[in-house]
Amino acid sequence: MFESIGILSLTIWLPIVAGLLVLATGGKDGASGGVDGQRTLALLGAALGFIVSLPLWTGFDSTTAAMQFVEYADWIPLFNVHYALGVDGISMPFVVLNSFITVLVVLAGWAVIKTKVAQYMAAFLIQSGLINGVFASLDGVLFYVFFEAMLIPLYLIIGIWGGPNRVYAAIKFFLYTLLGSLLMLVAMLYLFFVSGGSFDILVWHKVPLAMGAQMLLFVAFFFAFAVKVPMWPVHTWLPDAHVEAPTGGSVVLAAITLKVGAYGFLRFTLPILPDASHELSWLIITLSLIAVVYIGLVALVQTDMKKLIAYSSIAHMGFVTLGFFMFNSWGVEGGLVQMISHGFISGALFLCIGVLYDRMHSRNIADYGGVANTMPRFAALFMFFAMANAGLPATSGFVGEFMVILGAIQVNFWYAFLAALTLIFGAAYTLWMYKRVVFGPVANDRVAALTDIDAREFLILATLAVCVLAMGVYPFPVTEVMHVSVSNLLEHVAHSKLLP
Amino acid sequence: MTLIDFYPIVPEIFVLVMASLILILAAADKCPSHGYVPAMLTLAGAAVLTVLFAGLGTDALVRGLFIADPMGDVLKLATYVAAMACFAYSRAYLREHGMLRGEYFALALFAVLGMMVMISAASLLTLYLGLELLSLSLYTLVALQRDSARASEAAMKYFILGALASGLLLYGMSLLYGATGSLELAAIAQALHGQSGNTMLLTFALVFIVAGIGFKLGVAPFHMWVPDVYQGAPTAVTLFIASAPKLAAFAIVMRMLVLGLPSLMADWQMMLAVMAVASLAIGNLAAIMQTNIKRMLAYSTISHMGFLLLGVLAASIAGFAAGMFYVISYVIMTLAGFGLILHLSSKDNEADTLDAFRGLNTTHPWLAALMAIVMLSMAGLPPFLGFYAKFFVLQALVGGGWITLAVVAVLFSLIGAYYYLRVIKLMYFDAPVEGVPQIAPSGDAAGLLSANGLAVLGLGILPQGLLTVCVVAVQASL
Repeated sequence: MFESIGILSLTIWLPIVAGLLVLATGGKDGASGGVDGQRTLALLGAALGFIVSLPLWTGFDSTTAAMQFVEYADWIPLFNVHYALGVDGISMPFVVLNSFITVLVVLAGWAVIKTKVAQYMAAFLIQSGLINGVFASLDGVLFYVFFEAMLIPLYLIIGIWGGPNRVYAAIKFFLYTLLGSLLMLVAMLYLFFVSGGSFDILVWHKVPLAMGAQMLLFVAFFFAFAVKVPMWPVHTWLPDAHVEAPTGGSVVLAAITLKVGAYGFLRFTLPILPDASHELSWLIITLSLIAVVYIGLVALVQTDMKKLIAYSSIAHMGFVTLGFFMFNSWGVEGGLVQMISHGFISGALFLCIGVLYDRMHSRNIADYGGVANTMPRFAALFMFFAMANAGLPATSGFVGEFMVILGAIQVNFWYAFLAALTLIFGAAYTLWMYKRVVFGPVANDRVAALTDIDAREFLILATLAVCVLAMGVYPFPVTEVMHVSVSNLLEHVAHSKLLP
Repeated sequence: MTLIDFYPIVPEIFVLVMASLILILAAADKCPSHGYVPAMLTLAGAAVLTVLFAGLGTDALVRGLFIADPMGDVLKLATYVAAMACFAYSRAYLREHGMLRGEYFALALFAVLGMMVMISAASLLTLYLGLELLSLSLYTLVALQRDSARASEAAMKYFILGALASGLLLYGMSLLYGATGSLELAAIAQALHGQSGNTMLLTFALVFIVAGIGFKLGVAPFHMWVPDVYQGAPTAVTLFIASAPKLAAFAIVMRMLVLGLPSLMADWQMMLAVMAVASLAIGNLAAIMQTNIKRMLAYSTISHMGFLLLGVLAASIAGFAAGMFYVISYVIMTLAGFGLILHLSSKDNEADTLDAFRGLNTTHPWLAALMAIVMLSMAGLPPFLGFYAKFFVLQALVGGGWITLAVVAVLFSLIGAYYYLRVIKLMYFDAPVEGVPQIAPSGDAAGLLSANGLAVLGLGILPQGLLTVCVVAVQASL
């Protein structure tokens, strides 16, 4: 145990410290000499953050469901609050994924962000550290602190560097997500007293609870996580936030932030409230299927590319929650794979739209047409990600969806049937958008003047393409890591916690 | 009667002597540095004396009039520190507005003395004396800017409503005296213990006392004076009113209700619950509509005081300690908030409208960051101090079984988050407005201000120390 102390702390604090350093070196705008230094420093911080997270993957013992890389220290001993960190097969991949995405986000904002560069980079680095904290926390208070604190940088990112309607979107995003988490705080305090004065999440897993209490707690946690996922009908903040956010913000939002909500279901709702989860699974399943089918149709009619991908994200996340509440290993592992895969694909799609937006300053599908003629390399990569988003076999998008459908069919054929509709809708809205933007004759002079992606953009997109392809062809390394933890979770959830 | 009997009140005597000296010297216009340095030294001296004489002496002289206990000592030390920070932040503002005179410091020191007496009051008499000494000094401070119509109006309003509240409090005290035959809080508690007595009369007394205290705290429905006084008073005085006196107000809630009237607990718990919820509602909803930041913070104070009462009404060690933690956190945040407004104000340009903060991140990123920390902390977001203040209160509430109240409290803090976020929006998302004169930082306490702002973050990351102080002090004092 002792030799592993520090890795998780490093993944949290290294990006935060790097962010503060970048902030400290940031002078006034216009001093262009310093900007390159700030960017380099930020990239260095993000890369270091990714490198220190790698031992989590390489040193991970996938034969045990116990928490690994555990760190434990007193924080507020008077109330039994600890600085307790640790990861299992469910949370570990997200720490690595988040650290990885941060590097790409820093690169993506390299040339595009021209105002307040230091603050931009610092916000993303600090956010990255906080999100790692969310996934690594084993203490309720610590989790809550990271869970809420990560809203602050994203609020600033949307509000400062966002589009024309950014203020509305930023405040809506913030208040919506805050509403969810505040009720969770009361639920956590209740658990503290019921468990005899402990904020340890693993202790909460074992606390017996009466059905009435479980139901109320379920509602409180549900709000917190459903808003973050987001599930229909509390999803309305997401399209606004995505459309107004700068590219990097959208990437982090889609690739990481949404996963926090789904992760919450696995870490809190299912193991702490197994009986209420079974009892109320119809609710989650219904909402998930509405997200898959209805939101899929909504995505079809969007005229704004970013909004379309935002709705597509909601539909894909509906798959994740559906899988979790099937209570079998296909469903839960499929959901987890889908989360990681969606992290790559949605991130890549938002980056693709960012590439177009940087050149044309429009996200309207109608303003485009025939991009393939002027940007062939870009068109090829964009095509690949669009296919992956539609769930093409041999891409990671297929693996997760297929596993969830397999899980669903064991429970109820119609769940699987409705869920499988996404393969049609997903293909329809993604590929139709792709066709209108990329194919056809060159639509106007501005499209004709487009330049193809440069080396930096190619590097970012190609890296993601490799990830998507690798996970699609050979998902075993990912599922292997999570398998034991998921089995353990399912076994735990199968046992009632009702008071005798 | 020997010298040792006087030990517990040495700090009070010292402050009284020094304040009188400053007043006399100021009248002759001979006060060094217009009283600033002597006033700071007085507070520093009082702090040293409070620490030196803590736990010393006997109760002989002051039995039944005066309590010297750890809770009082901690609150007094916090009062000195808050007052010193006030003086440091205000100095430049006072100089520019022609108010840097010995009278300001003498009055403020008398107010501090009033707070010290309130904090240590063990009888209705001392409690009332301390309260009046504080109130009268504050009325005068508000009116210090003689030629400002707004300040005079605020002072008048404050005085009339304050006198009314004092009357209510006094009336309640007289009823209590009639019912128990004693002015000493401990004796009152003794007399009420176990006997049913005239509950009608006692409830009557309690209503008047709670109303009087409610006014001094500035909680709804006795909050009307708060926005007008905060807005009308010179900012340097607003800073003073908004900070240290809340510590003393918390102390009298503890002395009066917890020490004096524990047998009426069920009654005052309900009253406090109603007042707390009303304050959270009015404070948070009304703050949304404000365009003046001083007025907005006034409403924010109302909601904070409501939250504070929630901790007290949980009526457990954890609840009282949470209340104490809350009030100290509140003072730290308020000092930084109003300190920043003072820092940004200059002679011809009060930075008291919200518009003045537009685009602050572009012009003064560091000050904007400090203000953002304060606002996020007041909104109760982690990892800032204000989160733990709310967290501990909620914990005490849930522990006492008041879960509904806890849910109501968090829902109102969601509404509250909106107007704090709006300040951040103005500073970070908006560009500086053309035409509005540029804010020019003029304060000379920038270092202290930065430390104060960072303390809000630092104490938020490591709240254990302050929390331990509060818990130990409350445990030792009850």
